[in-house]
Amino acid sequence: MSLSGTESVVGFLAAEALCFGNAEGEILVLDEALSFWGGTNLDSGVITDIHHPQHGMSLGGRVLVMSASRGSSSSSSVLAEQIRAGVAPAAIVLGVRDAIIVLGALAAAEMYDNRMPILLLDDAGLAALPRTGSVRVVASESEASVSWEVANLLGADALTEGPQTAHPLAG
Amino acid sequence: MSQTTIRELELTHDDQAMLAGDHGPAKAMAMRIVVALARVSQAPYLISVESAHIDSCLYHGQAGLDFAEKLVTLGAVVSVPTTLNVSSLDLMHPGLVRLPAAETAAAKRLMDAYVAMGAKATWTCAPYQLAGRPTEGTDIAWAESNAIVFANSVLGARTARYGDFLDICAAVTGRAPYAGLHVKANRVPTLELDCSSIPTRVLNGDAAWAALGFAVGNQVGEEVCILTGIDPSVVTEDRLKALGATAASSGGVALFHVAGFTPEARAAGSSWPPAGSPRAEITAEVLRTARDALTTATVGETLDAVSLGTPHFSLTEFEKLAEILADGSRFADTCTVWISTSRDVLAQAKERGWIAVCEQAGAKLVVDTCTYLVPILSETVRTAMTTSGKWAWYAPANMGIDVVFGSVEECIASARAGKVIRDESFWN
Repeated sequence: MSLSGTESVVGFLAAEALCFGNAEGEILVLDEALSFWGGTNLDSGVITDIHHPQHGMSLGGRVLVMSASRGSSSSSSVLAEQIRAGVAPAAIVLGVRDAIIVLGALAAAEMYDNRMPILLLDDAGLAALPRTGSVRVVASESEASVSWEVANLLGADALTEGPQTAHPLAG
Repeated sequence: MSQTTIRELELTHDDQAMLAGDHGPAKAMAMRIVVALARVSQAPYLISVESAHIDSCLYHGQAGLDFAEKLVTLGAVVSVPTTLNVSSLDLMHPGLVRLPAAETAAAKRLMDAYVAMGAKATWTCAPYQLAGRPTEGTDIAWAESNAIVFANSVLGARTARYGDFLDICAAVTGRAPYAGLHVKANRVPTLELDCSSIPTRVLNGDAAWAALGFAVGNQVGEEVCILTGIDPSVVTEDRLKALGATAASSGGVALFHVAGFTPEARAAGSSWPPAGSPRAEITAEVLRTARDALTTATVGETLDAVSLGTPHFSLTEFEKLAEILADGSRFADTCTVWISTSRDVLAQAKERGWIAVCEQAGAKLVVDTCTYLVPILSETVRTAMTTSGKWAWYAPANMGIDVVFGSVEECIASARAGKVIRDESFWN
């Protein structure tokens, strides 16, 4: 995607990095909290919790947005295993400091050098995320953000309107 | 524009030396994870822990095994006394757990890895039933939700909610983030649950306490509560074990207090509940509702199995069971009674003759693991009964069976009859 071209509008949110890494993928905003242990398939990354509204959807390769945490501390192991097997989300955006999720990613990074970024956003940030489409996640010592391309129907002037989008180079 | 992850985490010279690899690559790897978690939880510094209890020894897949074996390869050794939670196998009764051969081998390798790091082969979810348990006010790094809530509430030791990976890293470094329930201010109750209307007669039955735990978990979520209006003479460790394990399943309870009984509530005296704390009432009716919420089968139905010992059956629970079974009547041939315990408690109960009494009645013993985690019960089981609120909470989803929660007396009467029997006099 073009970040600096005059014709493209970019949604951008600064965040806090909980785990470093870079990723891009289709966003998946969970409607309810999800426990990886007991709620997702270890080998396929599919949501198996029959009570979950997104039951049956696959987490693999998605930028997963979870506003709240839930569930067993064994979820760390399940996430690490899904990262190993290549069926984990590409990145996770959290609304809370969820140590269980972070531990799964940290452990996988130690073992497999596979860095799944985890970001923390506040409520306003979570609300400002798009519900569909591809987003890019950057999480490093110096930068932590989610960005995405916005359909440029209103022309380039649109980037100055509304609090939820901003040019990444403008900050 | 973007925030940075670097927090003002203060590390000692020794912490920094570990992180830099001066104490070897295993300590460096473990310290990287402890430090990363300290930053995520915004801890100001690390503290020393006196013991660790590891839950990572339960097999969930290749990643957990890779992590443990990497630590072993790097030369990791625990630096504090470390106990091990249940595993996926019963090493004393080979063949009891019906896992595929490959998974059995991997689960055994995982157990071997943790023993190789110097952890004790305790294989129990109730490390507080072992000798040398932590004392009041000491910082520990324990995993396993029921062990966490027992250590915090009943022993007055201080542990945050440790889980997979972090538990062994704390054991190897002897350090943990100063956060969560290590911080004294976070241990003060934020709400009062008034139990004064529950008849002492009801609270004098063991099953009331798991039901109480279910209600507590639903009511408080992850908050710290104080239970008031309970006669301290009816409180026992087994009852608080049942309360905590169920509250940690139905909610995220990691610490509760009982006025007049648990150590921090006794020390606080009349200053708890703090003035202005919100208050809710728990009644005998709430306990019956909890009992029924933990039950998916109906009275009179054919009963295929009974499971006791989640968390692991204690010595005092064996003593009581042996008394109930002393008349010598056997369980129905169609109903198998399973008792999960630690190998340590098994040895002590055997010495006292209680295991023989259980086995003569037809009970089967499980050690090192638990009946709801791995396939142990016969595949033909449709309905099982249990004294455990935790087992009743997890078994229907984990095992696809119907479950009845009840007192040990109800469980034994039902096992003898081969069908579900309910004694309402326990609950009114």
